Amino acid sequence: MSPILFWIFTALMLGFGAATLINRNPVASALSLVVSLLGLSALFFSLDAYFIGVIQILVYAGAVMVLFLFIIMLLDLKAEQRRQLSLPVLLGGAAVTALFVTQIVLVVRSFHAGNQSFPPLASKFDDASNIGNMLFSHYNLPFQVIGVLILVASIGVVVLSKRELN
Amino acid sequence: MNAILEFLHSDLFFMIWTTLAKSAGLLGVVLGMVSYTVYAERRVSSLMQDRLGPNRTGFPLSLLGFGIKDWSPILGGLGQPIADAVKLLLKEDFTPAYVKKFYYWIAPALGIAAAIISLAVIPFGSSIAGVPMVIANIGIGPLFIFAISSLGVYGIVLAGWSANSKYPFLGAIRSTSQLISYELALGLSVVPLFLIIGKLNLVEIVHYQVQNGWMLLPGITAGKLPTLSQIVCWIPILISFLVFTIAMFAETNRLPFDLPEAETELVGGYHTEYSSMKFALFFLGEYTAMITGSSLIITLFLGAWHFPGIPDGSMAGWPGVLWGLVNIGVFFTKVFAFLIFFIFIRWTLPRFRYDQLMKLGWIWLFEIALVNIFLTALIVAFVH
Repeated sequence: MSPILFWIFTALMLGFGAATLINRNPVASALSLVVSLLGLSALFFSLDAYFIGVIQILVYAGAVMVLFLFIIMLLDLKAEQRRQLSLPVLLGGAAVTALFVTQIVLVVRSFHAGNQSFPPLASKFDDASNIGNMLFSHYNLPFQVIGVLILVASIGVVVLSKRELN
Repeated sequence: MNAILEFLHSDLFFMIWTTLAKSAGLLGVVLGMVSYTVYAERRVSSLMQDRLGPNRTGFPLSLLGFGIKDWSPILGGLGQPIADAVKLLLKEDFTPAYVKKFYYWIAPALGIAAAIISLAVIPFGSSIAGVPMVIANIGIGPLFIFAISSLGVYGIVLAGWSANSKYPFLGAIRSTSQLISYELALGLSVVPLFLIIGKLNLVEIVHYQVQNGWMLLPGITAGKLPTLSQIVCWIPILISFLVFTIAMFAETNRLPFDLPEAETELVGGYHTEYSSMKFALFFLGEYTAMITGSSLIITLFLGAWHFPGIPDGSMAGWPGVLWGLVNIGVFFTKVFAFLIFFIFIRWTLPRFRYDQLMKLGWIWLFEIALVNIFLTALIVAFVH
């Protein structure tokens, strides 16, 4: 892909990612996160990983964030906007950020597989069927286990939300 | 100078200008179709209710030198969409003082953008002079459409929320829960189709249908009787077609599922506070989504641009360009027929109650689609 597009989408992603944190209005935050996710999926598209890119939009931007927005809109936004930041919260946030950045730097330095260059993919590359074959043959057992786990979790949600509060 | 000439002859430039031409052409045709679908809706509904409908606004042909003053018996009403568009553009664009301005302005644009972008992966014709008649031929066409149309809900949600009043907000909430419920059925219902064809690319799905008969009408390819496996596969395909069509009605907010803008309960639903061209954008978005939905149904189940009865989809002896245009015509004829079906349903069935709508989505359609996938998997494993 053209590097210009890469920088545009990266800037979009990081800019709106920062906006998610900086915005005081929760609705604006949620929408910034949506745009950030769209930028991320554009980067996936540019790597010919259409399937992952589109699932990114379908699941996160199209379903999860809609539910978030749905809940946020039902809240009292004014109380949220009035809230002031306190010094301990700022210090704690800064400490966590510093720790996380250090960790990333250390991991990236020692991650040699990420530094080598790979041969380009064939021009006609069917990523959806590749992912499917890989999941159902090579990673079949973990895939099934995750399926059962999600089933248990969703049954749990139904049971918990149906339970009468008395 | 040479560099420019080289660029003008390069494949990249060819791709750019053909893509731009295809996009402009498709957008023009679809938006024209939208305005005449609105007209068709009004005429068909009046036909069904024993009224006349808009039959007066003609074209001012006398200005162009035609002698006869009144063409309305022939062209009556056909000028109505143009008059409506002019009216909507010239109307006062009123923004209430209590709305959240930024979101109020951005919402209509989001609604229509989602509907238009999803058109990009629809193969609306075979090919003209070697140029395939699809704007973006990507390997995951249907998923792309589902993803982009699921973003369309932001337009509705933001419209309802930013309007800062009760009815739009209720409309937005209804719309969100409706879309999320029906997206599941919509996505799952077409899985059997992909199991049988084994492809996710819309262009390849159409080619499969040209070769082996349409998914819903396997005997349509001339000179070929449907095979046993095709007949067995037809049962899950029919179920998947029905579920998909019903879910599509809910996804496009059409009656009997138009709860988000139910006039009798919510005034105008999410677009109550909108006027002029912003309202028209919602209107356009809704009808464009209808066209995108119909196109997807036709592409997946009814052979897209394939002229029924032509064995391999190409006509010997016809000039390629002309036959390509005929194929595009076939596609839009099918889409239009499906739009008329949408209209018939709207003026025939009463609106669902909200709990009925949720029950239908979660208890019936979702389960039917899920069972259908297992049924198809069994058929594919043992018969196909």
